[in-house]
Amino acid sequence: MSQNFRLEKEGLINRSKKISFKFNGKSYFGYEGDTLASALIANGVHLVGRSFKYHRPRGFFGAGVDDPYALVQLIRNNESIPNVKATEQELFEGLEAKSVNCWPNVNFDIGGINNFLRIFLPAGFYYKTFMWPKSFWYKIYEPFIRKAAGFGVVSHEPDKERYEHKYEYCDLLITGSGPSGLASAYSAAKNGAKVILAEDKPRFGGSLLTSDVNIGNESGKEWADKIITELKSMPNVVVKNRAQVFGYYDHNMLVMSERLTEHLPKSDKFTPKQKLWYIRAKEVVISSGSIERPLVFGNNDTPGVLLSSAAKEYMKVYGVLVGKKPIIFTNNDSAYETAIEFKKNGVDPIVLDSRKELSSDLIKEAKSLGINIKFEYVVVNANGYRKVKSADIAKISDDKTTLGKIENIVCDCICVSGFWTPTIHLASQSGGKTKFNEEIDAFIPSKSKQNETTVGSANGIFNLQDSLNTSFEAGYNLSKKITNEDNKLSVPTVVEKKNSKHDKFWCVPLPKGKKYKRFLDFQNDVAVSDIEIAIKEGYRSIEHVKRYTTLGMATDQGKTSNLNGLQLVSNIENKLVPEVGHTTFRPPYTPVSIGAIVGREVGKHSKPTRKSPMHSWHEKNNAVFVDAGLWLRPRFYKRGNETLFDASKREAENVRKNVGVCDVTTLGKIDVKGPDAAEFLNRVYTNAWLKLPVGKARYGVMLREDGIVMDDGTTTRVSENHYHMTTTTAQAANVLSHLEYYLQIVWPELNVNVVSTTEQWAGAAIAGPKSRELLQKLFPDTDCSNEGLPFMGFIETKLFGVYARIFRISFSGELAYEVNVESDYGNFMWEKIIEIGNEFKIQPYGTEALSTLRIEMGHVAGSELDGRTTPFDTSLDGLLSKKKDFIGKRSMQKEAFISSKREKIVGVVPLDKKTSIPEGSYIVKDANTKLPNPKLGHVSASCWSVEYNNPFSLAIIKDGKNMIGQKLFALSPLKNKSIPVEIVSSHYVDPKGERVRS
Amino acid sequence: MLYIKCPYCGIRAQTEFAYGGDATVKRPELNKEITDKEWDEFVYLRKSLRGKHLEFWHHISGCRQWFKVQRDTATHEIFKTLKPHEEL
Ligand SMILES: [Zn+2]
Repeated sequence: MSQNFRLEKEGLINRSKKISFKFNGKSYFGYEGDTLASALIANGVHLVGRSFKYHRPRGFFGAGVDDPYALVQLIRNNESIPNVKATEQELFEGLEAKSVNCWPNVNFDIGGINNFLRIFLPAGFYYKTFMWPKSFWYKIYEPFIRKAAGFGVVSHEPDKERYEHKYEYCDLLITGSGPSGLASAYSAAKNGAKVILAEDKPRFGGSLLTSDVNIGNESGKEWADKIITELKSMPNVVVKNRAQVFGYYDHNMLVMSERLTEHLPKSDKFTPKQKLWYIRAKEVVISSGSIERPLVFGNNDTPGVLLSSAAKEYMKVYGVLVGKKPIIFTNNDSAYETAIEFKKNGVDPIVLDSRKELSSDLIKEAKSLGINIKFEYVVVNANGYRKVKSADIAKISDDKTTLGKIENIVCDCICVSGFWTPTIHLASQSGGKTKFNEEIDAFIPSKSKQNETTVGSANGIFNLQDSLNTSFEAGYNLSKKITNEDNKLSVPTVVEKKNSKHDKFWCVPLPKGKKYKRFLDFQNDVAVSDIEIAIKEGYRSIEHVKRYTTLGMATDQGKTSNLNGLQLVSNIENKLVPEVGHTTFRPPYTPVSIGAIVGREVGKHSKPTRKSPMHSWHEKNNAVFVDAGLWLRPRFYKRGNETLFDASKREAENVRKNVGVCDVTTLGKIDVKGPDAAEFLNRVYTNAWLKLPVGKARYGVMLREDGIVMDDGTTTRVSENHYHMTTTTAQAANVLSHLEYYLQIVWPELNVNVVSTTEQWAGAAIAGPKSRELLQKLFPDTDCSNEGLPFMGFIETKLFGVYARIFRISFSGELAYEVNVESDYGNFMWEKIIEIGNEFKIQPYGTEALSTLRIEMGHVAGSELDGRTTPFDTSLDGLLSKKKDFIGKRSMQKEAFISSKREKIVGVVPLDKKTSIPEGSYIVKDANTKLPNPKLGHVSASCWSVEYNNPFSLAIIKDGKNMIGQKLFALSPLKNKSIPVEIVSSHYVDPKGERVRS
Repeated sequence: MLYIKCPYCGIRAQTEFAYGGDATVKRPELNKEITDKEWDEFVYLRKSLRGKHLEFWHHISGCRQWFKVQRDTATHEIFKTLKPHEEL
């Protein structure tokens, strides 16, 4: 198709580079430098989508972030991306896009029927209707709405693109490269400040790209190009285009998303698609500009009705005409620039100005060009369904309440201008106050909370010379505070046209007998009548009106609709706009892709992976790994076709029969040193520590102040003032913080230091009846006998010349030892143990066998110490000292803790000795009673007991002690199981603990 | 993201720190007879202030020191940071 609406030469596009693309399956051409929107308009395509509620045809309303309509589904490099703004998406070779929100297609849309039913779809319709009957919601309403109304479609494939995060610091962050942004950046940079200048569009210059002004002796655009070139060459300046500062957070932290490759057919291997910048700025200059306000009239959402500034931008930047028979409808001077631009390009516009005839530079120029201007005229209604075909216009009375005779004039676009709204989103997000400026009928930033300054039209200054003066001044003053330099630039002189005053008029009254929809919010289809209903129904607060009507709640965040909404509420309520107030501005200013927020923290990279020094040995020996917090631990070592069950059973049996070795490097280890170390341990643990001799280990339990068990482990007295504490793998970090809290804040008088040594030591647990024989062979010069190294004994020795620590402690319930060497020797130790252990039939065992062994011994672990259990519940109450005080002791007296009804740990065996009990099952008295079935407790851990060759579980149940011997049921509704069980002691194997002492 | 001045290390980003609760709560002395009410107040009861709040933070990814921060719970403004045994 030919580009019928492309001008001969106007625009900043590269006409030597033709680009082909597809929209809704049809092929078109555009040029390098086009957006998808400008290229479609060049081809005469104005229908791009359907609105959210009524499914009315949607075209283009703006030319950038302000556009509320033109969301498309984009196909780029075989990936389907939802909700891409056609006005922001740059054209690339092979681009494909589809309309969203249309089913079955954009020209025939079934949801469009809502448009004819709109009388039944007023404000709050969704709230009122779809709530009842409830069953209809899931079956009928919701699926229908989803299919007919939803926005774009999210891909189900993983995102192949890369996203990066970057942290940056600067003196001044400047958001927007229009004239005021350039002036502030230039003036601050020249005064030595470290500056970041961010522009969301591909081209720098903002309004200077489209306005007819001179700065010094150059055109506005030439001046902008010159300043940008110089800024880019300065070492203290970072200049970024395609970069949107979308959020202003605490303590002058701003977040910016930079789009690096979305304008290209695909990303190269080394460039991320987007980069999220976290910028901590000493000062922020907000130069985010302003957005033109729509004028409101009948069917003002018809494709072809658009902002006058957008029409001008399409001509001046892209060389594209939005129409060949334009109506310009305005309440101020700025739209005359658009009219003049049309005229210069050979198109005759008609200007309807709501004001009484007046004169200004621009009006004079328009008149001299022979442009037809009708003062005191308004557009009453736009005719046409998929595109504007004509406009009903009328003269309007002085007080703007009465329309004259309706005339119909043919047109193919209506360019509206209702004056300008400063973009105060970032200023408001920073926590600063706003104030209503009567001069411009809009809010501007007022008192700052953080270090931010708003300049230019974002601050309500629409005169270029004033804008440059104040922006140069701001850049100088802010940088001077930081750099203490004093290099002040002179401000160039501006040649610009003086504007006359705008008209406060913004909403055209309905002609008698007509019920035209007059839209405020174009994406969410909120019309004047919706706001009127909301107020009639008693909604007063603007926040409530917003939520009830969804005004300003669409993805465009009400950039074009909010202020007109406020105007309307204030008119109806007979209040002033500032009394109505505005809704809260919240980040993000524009939508941010989830990929950018996540960055590189995807999959395996979402957290660090910790590996023991023996990891490569485990890998080579067919270990199947399991995540244990950040650690990777061998779950079992697979032989042949073994299942998890087979392998863990074999490994556990071998520990009970011969000897096994388990990597216990992951256990938390903390060095506790200092003359008061014993006293400190005595306060931290529930049992007594003052008399533990050097060379001995002790098992200890620590509580939180509320009496809940926090962690358990053994601590060994290495020397007089030096203890080696171990924690569970999961609680290692929390325990260290806990100890530091008490040492630094509660008991600073104790002379003790703690430090984590987890990564300093590699640990191997050697367990089983043959472990002593093996140990003696590993340490031939050390007395490993029961007398030389008794239960809970500790010695320092050498493993083939390598310093080693041996602790005689056991988690498996067997005769067992733990050997520690410095991490670098971990692999050496492990290989020696395996090599020498071969003659004792040693096998490595993983966490699954480890669990089996501890469960059948009745040793509690994380599944019992789950942050809800007390020492009584877990049968650890024997370790509560009666003589001394300790952390959490006072809580032991709490009524709830001493109640006999508390749950207590027990063992559970299925009556058939065959059926494994799923973890998490409920223990109940009667399996077949009416629901809710009273729950006695739950199964915390299950294993296949290798000692008895039948399933065995631990459970925590009410009045557990007295339940032993009872026949109950384990219910697992999730697995649909009901298993008759017998309650037994939790110490299923070796209840007297003879093996560990043997 | 807050910008917090560790009294030992200087200004760092919030991600380096962990929040540690109300800094005005004093743990009852060891071995002291106290009522259930006093104990419950220490363990459970905290004011949920709007405005200036003295609280503990822990520089977990830095010097591992606990310290006090005086912060406005509504605006997040930080007025002062102190070592644990310094008073306002
Ligand atoms: Zn620190």
